[in-house]
Amino acid sequence: MSVTPSSALRPAVDSNPLATGSSPLAIGLLLIALILVPFVSSEYVTQVIVMPVLILGLAGLGLNLLTGYTGQISLGAGGFMAVGAYATYALAVHGGIQFFPLAIVLAGVITAAVGWVFGLPSVRIKGFYVMVTSLAAQFFFEWLFLKFPWFYNFGDVPTISLPPMSLFGFDVDGSYVVRYYFTLSLVVVLTWMASNLISSHVGRNWMAIRDMDTAAGVIGIDSKKYKSLAFAISAFYLGIAGALWGFIFLGTTSIGSFQIDRSFQILFIIIIGGMSSIRGNYIGAAFIFLLPLVIDHAAKTFVGDMVSPGFLSNLQKFLFGVLIIVFLIKEPDGIDKLLRQLTARLWRRTPTKKDNERGAQSEPNR
Amino acid sequence: MGKHLLSLGAAAAIATSAFLSTSVVPTAPAQAESMTQYVPLFVYRTGPYASSGSLWFAGERDYFTFINEVEGGVNGVKFDIEEFETEYNPDRAVEAYERAKGGKDGSPTAFIMTHSTPATYALMDRAREDKIPLFDPAGGPSESKNGLVFPYVFPLLLTFYGQGSVAVNFIAEEMGGFENLKDKKIVTVYHDSGYGRASQPVMAELAKKYGFIDVQIPVAHPGSEQAAIWRQVRAEKPDYVVLRTWGVMTPVALKTAKRFGIDTSKMLGDVWAGSKADMIPAGDAAIGYKAIAPYPGGTDFGVHAKVKEHVLDTGKTNLANPDEDFGAVYYNIGLVNAALAVEGMRVAMKKFGNRPLTGEEMLWGLEHMTIDADRLEELGMTGLLQQLKVTPYDHEGGGAARIQEWNGNGWTLVSDWIEVDDSVVDPLIEAKAAAYAAEQGIVPRTVE
Repeated sequence: MSVTPSSALRPAVDSNPLATGSSPLAIGLLLIALILVPFVSSEYVTQVIVMPVLILGLAGLGLNLLTGYTGQISLGAGGFMAVGAYATYALAVHGGIQFFPLAIVLAGVITAAVGWVFGLPSVRIKGFYVMVTSLAAQFFFEWLFLKFPWFYNFGDVPTISLPPMSLFGFDVDGSYVVRYYFTLSLVVVLTWMASNLISSHVGRNWMAIRDMDTAAGVIGIDSKKYKSLAFAISAFYLGIAGALWGFIFLGTTSIGSFQIDRSFQILFIIIIGGMSSIRGNYIGAAFIFLLPLVIDHAAKTFVGDMVSPGFLSNLQKFLFGVLIIVFLIKEPDGIDKLLRQLTARLWRRTPTKKDNERGAQSEPNR
Repeated sequence: MGKHLLSLGAAAAIATSAFLSTSVVPTAPAQAESMTQYVPLFVYRTGPYASSGSLWFAGERDYFTFINEVEGGVNGVKFDIEEFETEYNPDRAVEAYERAKGGKDGSPTAFIMTHSTPATYALMDRAREDKIPLFDPAGGPSESKNGLVFPYVFPLLLTFYGQGSVAVNFIAEEMGGFENLKDKKIVTVYHDSGYGRASQPVMAELAKKYGFIDVQIPVAHPGSEQAAIWRQVRAEKPDYVVLRTWGVMTPVALKTAKRFGIDTSKMLGDVWAGSKADMIPAGDAAIGYKAIAPYPGGTDFGVHAKVKEHVLDTGKTNLANPDEDFGAVYYNIGLVNAALAVEGMRVAMKKFGNRPLTGEEMLWGLEHMTIDADRLEELGMTGLLQQLKVTPYDHEGGGAARIQEWNGNGWTLVSDWIEVDDSVVDPLIEAKAAAYAAEQGIVPRTVE
């Protein structure tokens, strides 16, 4: 698997505050919709559909910074998420921090440091081999958090569950509404930061490295520095996503939640959602997380108990396999790009005079 | 401009889906006149543990079918079973839990069968909040035997600590008494996971008590190559070997042990290392190997005749290969688990009336469940299930297991019920439960 470098840096996109190019109005509406979720829908939808999609989207964003924008393929996403979760736990249990937001940000910083270390080999080696080192990181963390009982506070069983911690005066384990808004605000802030980062000189240097390492060096980009930075920042996002996944979504977690299949899941999110896209992460996360649920709901509604859930589960795997292959061959830029083309086409069918001009303009600066 | 539209569309989609699903997903069920009891089963009919799981779930489904078809439900309340595929993944169990906890078609959810220790861990906090008992016989956290700290977790029959204790008691019996354990070496080869390690504290404690040497050797998942491990075991010159393995790890362990000249008749497997499916691939190496069985295999028990007549012979069985798998250890686990749930419901219905139960009512039922020898006889489970007395203080209820020996074709029971040494296990459980309560800020409930 390789990332196809895009033919050019994308200068036009970068002028926009959110590099996805969505208008402020649309973003505002999306935000309002997300804020309204707990009011208009059930606990199930808020807690088990929207929240995990946001968290997985954030993890996808973390990996996308590294893989989509800097071109370093990583299979260690699950491992870095585990570092985030276990660091949060260690800070709470061994470090005595009781304020959850502080613990999670510090855990992100710790994960960033770990990511920086594991990014060092990428300075020397390239392409496929970077992926192998990330795979080593994945297996190292799986081993580490199982091997040393300190990481799970010397329990019999290596599962971790946070002690009571406060979240701006609320209990972390308390109301799902509080947890939802905490997740949402963290995701919004981090996404906004990422989009700014990408349109800054850092992002442009990353993309230069992705598109051609040597050329980037020739024009004076310090590729060592920016690759390490990408690893660190990517790990920061993954660490926070891991802590959210473990303690805000699941509540109790273990290394089992962050194994190699998690790494693949995050990688599939960015492949299906769209490499080098911010919005694509959330679209991909929604797709990957919701497709199994949709199949399950649909089967139970329309077919009843006749189909074994095991069969449905295998069907999902089959579908994902096909989709990954199709996307890699036909549309490496993922659903994000497909949707853009679709909306652009729809827009052209119902033209008004003014929009016609704008629609034509929007085409080149996708 | 298209992007503008797209984000608008996304906003609209989220809002619509939120509204739609509100109407689809059942929220707090009205205590309607529904006369079915909704039971969610978290299953793994696919994935690495499917071969064990599918027999287990078939046993449960067949018993529920039997109750529905022959007895007309529990006091007239029939079961409405829904399966949720989790692939043994606790994260998916969380999603399924949230979907199932509200009940269905007017019936509340009285209990949830997790079928997985990791899933029980993942759901413990939620179940406490939602007041739904989690059913995980011979699994779950050992310390959840303490029902005051863990009201909604039921590691019925035999905890992991108990399994360690039963193993040592049996080994002592084999060696002719506890005094002969002194300076003997017992090597435990374990699946390097929470499950595999779960009996370590009790083994350490028993080693102190009886003066044997406790050696623990881990095997990494999946354990399909173990030469290095058994070389190490041989170097230890063990007097007895305990296997806490799972899946493919078990037959490979037996074959490799034999290759390294270790006497496999001096090997004892735990509950999850003792199924027929694990023995057949091991061939001759497995003959004489023994395993702990809180639920032995076999088809000679009374309940099997009833289930065979009404479920298997009428073609309603959930088993894919009834000829092959009827009476397998995992199938019997399923029968026993379903029967325990049914018994718990019967107790609760005596107090609350013959209608679908809520989680809290089921909790009361389970905590007042007594299954004595007479009741076992009525259930047709004498010899298959031990006598139980569950209380709010003791969510294990039993604490005994039999030992079965593989003869090359099937299991022969070689012991009666061997009791757990509570004087060693209970203090460990109390200490762990107290530590958990302190870490999580739980005040143990008081029961009158």
